[in-house]
Amino acid sequence: MATHFIVHDKKDTVGVIVVEGVKAGQTLTGWVMEDDSTIAVKALDPVPLGHKIALGDIKKGDTVFKYGHDIGRVVDKIGKGRHVHVHNVKTKRW
Amino acid sequence: MAKSIAKRKPNGRPLSFFGYRRGNGRVAIRNHVVILPLDDLSNAAAEAVANNIKGTMALPHAYGRLQFGEDLELHFRTLIGTGANPNVAACIVIGIEPGWTGRVVEGIKKTGKPVAGFAIEGKGDIATIADASRTAKDFLHWASELQREECRIDELFVSTKCGESDTTSGLASCPTVGNLIDKIDPMGATTCFGETSELTGAEAVCASRAANKQTAEKFMATFRAYQQMIDRHKTNDLSESQPTKGNIAGGLTTIEEKAFGNLQKIGHKTKYIDVLKPAEEPKKGAGLYFMDTSSAAAECVTLQAAAGFVVHLFPTGQGNVIGNPIEPVIKLTANPKTVREMGEHIDLDVSGILRREMTLDEAGDRLIDIMIRTCNGRLTAAEALGHREFVLTKLYQSA
Repeated sequence: MATHFIVHDKKDTVGVIVVEGVKAGQTLTGWVMEDDSTIAVKALDPVPLGHKIALGDIKKGDTVFKYGHDIGRVVDKIGKGRHVHVHNVKTKRW
Repeated sequence: MAKSIAKRKPNGRPLSFFGYRRGNGRVAIRNHVVILPLDDLSNAAAEAVANNIKGTMALPHAYGRLQFGEDLELHFRTLIGTGANPNVAACIVIGIEPGWTGRVVEGIKKTGKPVAGFAIEGKGDIATIADASRTAKDFLHWASELQREECRIDELFVSTKCGESDTTSGLASCPTVGNLIDKIDPMGATTCFGETSELTGAEAVCASRAANKQTAEKFMATFRAYQQMIDRHKTNDLSESQPTKGNIAGGLTTIEEKAFGNLQKIGHKTKYIDVLKPAEEPKKGAGLYFMDTSSAAAECVTLQAAAGFVVHLFPTGQGNVIGNPIEPVIKLTANPKTVREMGEHIDLDVSGILRREMTLDEAGDRLIDIMIRTCNGRLTAAEALGHREFVLTKLYQSA
């Protein structure tokens, strides 16, 4: 079965799309590298290769986790399956 | 298909390659005769000499006049280090006046390699070019008779830096370099990573990878000094410079996300044993070093080359096309779109990791294989395409 997205760490709240042409409404298969498990998420946006998808609902002000670490704060609430990028996440650093 | 690393060293024989062993004991993988301008004014003469004497190479650059203090020290350290790099067999230095030209010549001379300086004032470009061309021709004849011999992996200096990164860099191409570092560090290789600003958000994790508390503190002091410089000049989102437009197009959202991907290049086990100033030569023996550098690709690789590193590993996501004139830059990517659209720039395709057709361990072995082949003489994509980005780091305005 094709892997549509990869998750670094079990603690992560986002996964990275690793195939081209993901469309809204598509059910995606994800591989969690840390424990070699498989998860499924339905995409609600078309998400390009290399871009992130939310693995659950994330509230405004919450921290986004990737690599098991803090990679920024949510500035606009993100629903599970939505595209996560500069429109809804910002750095905490500069 | 690369042979596995185990197969490459039967009976525990160490990994080896065919390089040039220099008079000071250092090992090279290239055999350049370089025409090095001291300053911007001397670029024209240097390029004329390189044009006269085929097989030599000029390294034009933008600086060298009215610099002072630490910025001037870095200028000298970079030029002397470039000429001293083992990949440079012999070096001609051309400057506007004899004083600083001589300082660079004396610095390079410590390696024992042939080096000569020429100053333009009182003579003009044409006579300088004629004199320098005759010496360059002698150096080239001498260098062209040097032979490669078998060298060990523990004599190899390897640097790494990534560029035009995207999320595939952190998922696969940077971890591939990390896998290589974890494999060659116990074999006694000397390795280097840098990019001080691009560890922002991951600095505590990076500090935890120092070999001891003193080195961790040295790293944090270096990191904080760089942050203070950024804080003095910073704009909203750093003017789309960190992450870059290319990074964002590739899916990287924040500097923190980019930093954790970047840090994958040092693997999981290897600890760095010292923190180097820009272009500073490592002096604590074999092991991994952190160097204080900008995250701009050509600046960083130029500094690492000036510190004596002879082969560079460069993971890219969106397709950075960088090369360096004296230190071959091996590019790898895991982004299948980049492989398809920019394949001529890529030396190793590790996109199979994302399709789960290739393990990280296999990718690391393939990178070792292409690195050894490059050390043996295989030209990198950047060399074949003529990428010679020689970019000096400038710390502040000239006087």
